[in-house]
Order: sequence, then structure tokens, then C-alpha cells
Amino acid sequence: MTRPRTLYEKIWDAHVVEQRPDGTALIFIDRHLVHEVTSPQAFAGLRASGRTVRRPDLTLAVPDHNVPTTARLDAAGNRLPIADAESAAQLAALEKNAPEYGIRYIDAVAPEQGIVHVVGPEQGFSLPGTTIVCGDSHTACHGGIGALAFGIGTSEVEHVLATQTLLLQPAKTMEVRVEGEVGPGVSAKDIILHITGVIGAAGGTGHVIEYTGSAIRALSVEGRLTVSNMAIEGGARAGLIAPDEVTFDYIKGRPYAPKGADWDAAVAYWKSLATDPGATYDKIVLIDAAAIAPSVTWGTSPEDVVPITGVVPAPGSFADPSKQTAAAKSLAYMGLEPGTRMQDVPIENIFIGSCTNSRIEDLRAAAAVIKGRHKADNVKWAIVVPGSGLVKAQAEAEGLDRIFTDAGLEWREPGCSACLAMNPDKVPAGERCASTSNRNFVGRQGPGSRTHLVSPAMAAAAAVTGKLTDVRELMA
Amino acid sequence: MTPLDKVEGRAIPFGLKNVDTDVIIPAHWLKTTTREGMGRGAFEAIRADPDNLFDSAEYKGAPILIAGDNFGCGSSREHAAWALGDLGIRVVIAPSYSDIFSGNAVKNGILPVVLPQAAIDRLMEVAATDPVFVDLEHQTVTTQFQDRFTFEIDPFRKMCLLEGLDEISLTEKSDAAIGAYERQLDADRPWMRPAA
Ligand code: SF4
Repeated sequence: MTRPRTLYEKIWDAHVVEQRPDGTALIFIDRHLVHEVTSPQAFAGLRASGRTVRRPDLTLAVPDHNVPTTARLDAAGNRLPIADAESAAQLAALEKNAPEYGIRYIDAVAPEQGIVHVVGPEQGFSLPGTTIVCGDSHTACHGGIGALAFGIGTSEVEHVLATQTLLLQPAKTMEVRVEGEVGPGVSAKDIILHITGVIGAAGGTGHVIEYTGSAIRALSVEGRLTVSNMAIEGGARAGLIAPDEVTFDYIKGRPYAPKGADWDAAVAYWKSLATDPGATYDKIVLIDAAAIAPSVTWGTSPEDVVPITGVVPAPGSFADPSKQTAAAKSLAYMGLEPGTRMQDVPIENIFIGSCTNSRIEDLRAAAAVIKGRHKADNVKWAIVVPGSGLVKAQAEAEGLDRIFTDAGLEWREPGCSACLAMNPDKVPAGERCASTSNRNFVGRQGPGSRTHLVSPAMAAAAAVTGKLTDVRELMA
Repeated sequence: MTPLDKVEGRAIPFGLKNVDTDVIIPAHWLKTTTREGMGRGAFEAIRADPDNLFDSAEYKGAPILIAGDNFGCGSSREHAAWALGDLGIRVVIAPSYSDIFSGNAVKNGILPVVLPQAAIDRLMEVAATDPVFVDLEHQTVTTQFQDRFTFEIDPFRKMCLLEGLDEISLTEKSDAAIGAYERQLDADRPWMRPAA
């Protein structure tokens, strides 16, 4: 009998091409997602060394990071030029490189275009039990459907293009078990913010986190993608959630998903991947779902999480002296005083989008809060950016776009948008943004921008009141 | 890649914890299609202050950087390693790194040395006035004051750095094994190929 194994170990074992004596292994990569920012230098490297792409059929390219989210076509249906020369150059490079190497390419005006981590699962290109890489750290997202997915750097992008493999060190395993039922107004985003606050930004370093427990099982695939998306914020390179019927229902019928007899074989295989009873993890963290409140960040590290009912902490309240220094710096940058109630923090900008929270369920949650209300006057800029063209079309079919625009929010074209300041969507210096994205780093949403990470419902609530708000108060 | 063995010189006593890749190289520097010249954007926000460490007469061009826990956390951007390299940094010394950053560093000929906080504290002290010596072959960091710290490094990474090896050429030696894996995969799980 074989030793009981975790989900991670099973996926790892199934992908070992060659075991090296030093403990590393050459791992086969089933899916490679490519976007315009981290790929130009990789293609340039291939060209310089005269190499080709080994498996273009396992590679999918889509531009997302710096495509503008304003209209891309003029009235006559012609593509509008991109004003920023460097963005245009990166897009042009991808547009040229993908066909040259025979790679599937979704162009910037295709109906399926969107954020690479939204597009992968949506197209059925990302599958459970596969290894997925992309030159973007939020590749961890695909772990929500049970894929071992992680971000890689540009040298590794080139390595995967050339060899369809990566040389990897096996990770340690960590289980984060969330048991119980979350209260009203508490979403997948609050769960992962809470977890990040508990384990810390380096808590998962060297580990792959498997999220388990009844509160995780109760999430939709969209919610699971949100949780796994932010595994990296807890320091882990990848997150995993075991695939189950919810996952299979989500994937079935999607364009690149297995069909017919293949489907049945695939499901049987996916079911065999669940962590065996008796398998052990290197680290286990238990979280009580009932204790999770709608959550918000106060600082410039994703571990700086408090419940919305909480206050800005005093740097002296942290035991670790270096955390005290970091917290003091964060507060200075964020322009916050210790003891301030989070609910008294005014908000001038709202961003609903990013690969963390731009799927249909996220937009529905935000729309439910904002419906029949209007954004507060002090909110100067509020944008809703669907994760893909298909999410956008679905939302429009449900009338969600009208709910947002009636409330004074802007309805945009899909892309990474204000998640990172690479395209025209930026938060002005010194201003705050209630953002559904995943990072509150210094300057992430634009030089001097102050980010408060929240769920879509909480972002909508902040839009309505003009300050950080406990969404439960608007839900009566 | 330039081989790396002994590095000696001034070490920037930076010391901050949780330095993320947005601090190392802000996102607007990612909009390039080449790797060169990225050093100009390294630590841009910090270097906006004319009195910053990096541009001071003492530390400009220093080959070693001393940092706090979890250095290079945040995004997977390899630009962080390019920026450090372009700035002239060959060695970073910190108590821990993000996994992605340390991988990217090695691939770009930068040695990420892991030492306990107590050693970092001592080196910060020395670095204020004197040079630091790093010896990859013997896995030591020393000073002229008889400090001697040994560090661990994965043997494969060590060899790549010492010999300046390119990883793709190494993997290409396993071409037959990759081909065999692909054929087996097609036989065992044919549905793994994208359907459309
Ligand atoms: S939305 Fe943000 S985190 Fe997600 S892929 Fe785009 S830039 Fe990366």
C-alpha cells in the first residue's frame, strides 16, 4: 500500500519527468498562460538562442495588464490606438510573438479577452490536477479549481516555452482549515483577508497551502478562486482546493474542457486527487469561520487586516520590533492615526475588479448592495471592471451594468485596471481607494496611492457612504 | 551569466523587513521589452530622497545589500532581480526571501544569502563603516573583525552561480525524458490536451 498523500503530493508525483538526486525534480507543465508584461523578454531570449516553443498547444496568450479599460473600438468598429507608447509596444510584441510561435492568442478586442486568471478557468483551459504557470504571482488563483498553479519569473517563462518543464524543489505542505459557517455579509474575500491576517505575509513561505473545511467547501468556484488567488499574500507560492462536484459543474461544457467519454475519465481522475485520510501536512492552521467579520486592511502589507468594526492598531501593539517599525511606516504612508475607527476612514476612490474579485458572483454581490442607492459625493472616482468580456456580457444580460451606472459608478472594459498602476487607471497620490484587488503595497495603485483591501460588497458599501463601512449595516 | 564566487566590498545596510517587489522596482518600470537599464528604477521611491543610502558616496555601486525578513515578497516580477543586478548588486543578505524572488535572483546571477537576524544585525553594524566579504565556494560571510558566518545554499543553485550556467541548456539534456513523459501522458490521460 502506498503512503497516504496530500492533494499537492499527488499532483506533484504525477508531473515528475525526472527526479534529481538533490531533491529537485523536473516537473511537466500542463498549461502555460502568457500575458504581455512578463513575456517580451522571454520571447526575445528564445529568438536570440534560436529555440522554439515546445508545446504551443498547451500555451494560451491574452493581453490584460496594460490594456486600457476604456472603449477599445471606435464607432465604426476600428481599433483605437493605445496612447501610452510603452504599453502599445508590449501589446504589439505579444500580438507578433503569439502567432509567430503558433500560440493560441485572444486579442485585446476579442469577446473572450480578460484577465488571464479569469480567462483560464472560464475557458476550461485551466483544469483540476494540472500544473499551471504564468508570469504573474496571482497564478495561485487557479488552485481554486484544484490545479497546482504558481507564478514564475521571465527566465522561467522562457524555460517553459522552450522545454514545457520547470526544475522545482518540492514545497512543504500547509493546511488551512476553515470550519463552520460564515455570517451574513462575509464573503470569500473576507475569509482570505482574515487568513492572511492570522498567518502573516510570510506565514506560508516555502509551503503550498491547501484550504479545507466546511466553509471552503461551501464556496462557489468563484469564491474558491478568490481564496486561492491570495495564497501568495500569505507567502505561499500556490494554494489548492480539492476539486469536487461544484468544480466539475463549473468546468463542464467550457470550450477547452474534456468532452464525452474524455469527460468521464477526467472526472474519475480528478476525484482520485483528494488528500488521503491519514495524510499529513507540515503545518496546520485552524480558523473558525463564525469568527470572521467583513475585513479591511489598514496598512501596506496584506497581513495588516482588521475587522471593519476594529480600529487602526498602534505600532506598539505588535510584539515584533521590526513589525513595529513597519507598522509606523505604513501608518505614515496611509495617513492614519492609531485608534481611528476603520469605519471613520473616508474613501475617495472605489475599484471593483482584478483577478481576485471580478467574476460574475463578485459583480452580483456589489450590485446587490448598491442597487437603488447612489455613490457619495466625496467619492470622486468609482469604477467597475469585469474580469473578462464574457463576465461583462453576462453582467449586462443581468442588468448589473445599469445598477452600477445608475449609482454613479463607471462600467469599464475588462483588464487588470487599477489593480496595479500599469495602465491609465490609477489612484491619485495621497488619496484612498477601497479596492477589491489583492495588494495594498506602497504605490501599487499609483505613486502615493493608499489602498484598503475589501470584498466587492464592502467596496460597494464604501461607495455609497463615502467611507469604509460595515456592509452588514446596509443589508438590513 | 557572469559566474559568481567571491564578492567583497561595501554592503548597503538597508535592513528593512517585508521589502516587496513594488519597492524594488515600481510597476511603471515593467513596461519595457528589454532587460537593460532597469537599475535606474531600482528603489525609486526611496531614492527620490536625495539623501538616500543607495546614491550616497559611500554606497553607490556597492555589490552587497543587507535586508530584513521576507525580502522580495509580492509580485513574481523578475524585473526586481534585473533592477538589483543593473544597480550592481551581486549578493543580498537577509534572514528570509520570498520563494519567487530567491529563484529569480539565482537565475540572474545574484546570490541570496540567508543568515539569522543576529548575524544580520552584526553585519549592519560593520557595513556602516567597513566592507563585507562573501565567499560562495566556502559558503561564508566574513568581516575584517573576525566575524565568520556560514550559510546554506542548495547545491544546484550554488553550481549554477559558480559556473554562470544557463538553466535551459541544462534542461535540454533531459529532452528524451521529457518526450517519454509526453507520450505516457497522452496514453494515460489523453483528455489533458486542450479540447478545442
Ligand atoms: S488583476 Fe492584478 S493581480 Fe491579477 S493578474 Fe492583473 S495585475 Fe496581476
